[in-house]
Amino acid sequence: MRFFEYEAREIVKRAGIPVTDYGFTTDASEARSIAERIGGPTVIKSQVLTGGRMKAGGVKFADTPEEAEQHAADILQLEINGHQPRGVLVDPKAEVEQEFYAGVVWDGTRKRPVMIFSPVGGIDIEQVAEEQPDKVGRRHFSNILPFGDFEAKEVIASTGVTGSDLNKLVPIVTRLARLFVDNDMTLAEINPLGKLKDGSFVALDAHMDMENEARGRHKKLLKDLGVGDEETRQAREATEFELAGEAVDAASHRGVAGNVTEFDGDLGLVIGAGGGSLTLFDAVRKYGGRPANYCEIGGNPSVEKAKGLAKLVLSKPGVDKIAVMMSIVSNTRVDIVARGVIAACLELGFDPAEKIAIFRIPGAWEEEGFKILEKYGVEYADRSVSMHEAARRAVEKIQGGVTA
Amino acid sequence: MRKDGTFIGVEVDDAVAGDAALAAKLREVCPVDIYSDADGRVDIVEGNLDECVLCRLCLDASPAGTVKVLKLYDNEAVLA
Ligand code: SF4
Repeated sequence: MRFFEYEAREIVKRAGIPVTDYGFTTDASEARSIAERIGGPTVIKSQVLTGGRMKAGGVKFADTPEEAEQHAADILQLEINGHQPRGVLVDPKAEVEQEFYAGVVWDGTRKRPVMIFSPVGGIDIEQVAEEQPDKVGRRHFSNILPFGDFEAKEVIASTGVTGSDLNKLVPIVTRLARLFVDNDMTLAEINPLGKLKDGSFVALDAHMDMENEARGRHKKLLKDLGVGDEETRQAREATEFELAGEAVDAASHRGVAGNVTEFDGDLGLVIGAGGGSLTLFDAVRKYGGRPANYCEIGGNPSVEKAKGLAKLVLSKPGVDKIAVMMSIVSNTRVDIVARGVIAACLELGFDPAEKIAIFRIPGAWEEEGFKILEKYGVEYADRSVSMHEAARRAVEKIQGGVTA
Repeated sequence: MRKDGTFIGVEVDDAVAGDAALAAKLREVCPVDIYSDADGRVDIVEGNLDECVLCRLCLDASPAGTVKVLKLYDNEAVLA
């Protein structure tokens, strides 16, 4: 879940990291008041959840409050990569001596956060890593054990920063690492982290991304920031189909049947269980299939919930068949999912045997589940058929012949 | 009284359907709300029938043979 810059700055500020005396507004005349309060040149920055705002004219410099108001009015009208600005951030134009970079990102491979620091900031860290690799320090750290400031010191010092700068940067990077863990972030980045003429450091821009599943643990923060429950804040806006998937999942507390992502294929997927969704999605693609969606089902949802998800997928324009596939289930019941997907077909007026390309869910209550599938003539497979083989059969069926 | 869903049917012997204590007990034990207590009479909530998890709690809570859970997908096999 991504945050707007003005929200990310607030998170940084709450963590005790110095920020500029900025202001956020949705109103051009208020931008003028903020600029008056700041006194001096300002930067007016569009607040959008997309890149390329500088190029699109979403960042402008103002010497006077009047100019700030005019720029704010212009920027508020701008559409950047299809995004309407949430508002504008009015920031003092800081006298910066040097720009640094400080970030923490979740390393999905190592399953730990990695702290990244560079004395070359203000540009993409990837570019710095490529052009000046000795100027980028990295260090993984534990998100379970308490973070020690020596860890920050090591990373900063590894890039050649010494003396008073090192001493001032250690608490900032330490606080950034702690805020990352405390707020379940997947990305916490300050770029640029500016060194001002007086030798102090201040966060000039920040990017924060929170683990979506952790939203429930941070209700107070989200409420304070004004982030509504309905705001998904993903890399792109949720489609109607995806929002409908969320509604299916939210309709009952039992299990999971949602987390839907829309694709443009013809094979609808009802998939899940212990990483099964990703494996099965990849397997379908491996055999040349075109998934119409990604989703997750598990945790023993009710028949109604499984039915809701299957109906949603079956009703998606372009979906010819669905494949119902999971890894071996223990707490999710095979018979309950079978009832759900068959009921979905029947309620939509489809023949389950025609519409369900394959049902491959082995595990708890499979004997009952298989009896249901047999009655409706649905092809099913037990654990002797691998997930990959099940995916291959589903693709073969929808393509009416040979798979890749 | 008998009501059927798509997959599950439930039959309650008319002789016990008016038993207020049984009506309250069935309403209490069924984890998926298949029974309701209609002013002291057992009633079956049709919309919930297919949620039956075959747990047998209703069978244990009622006099032997008075409540039957039927698997409609299995030639009406009676849950024993
Ligand atoms: S078997 Fe369990 S779930 Fe089914 S009707 Fe009886 S109590 Fe309810």
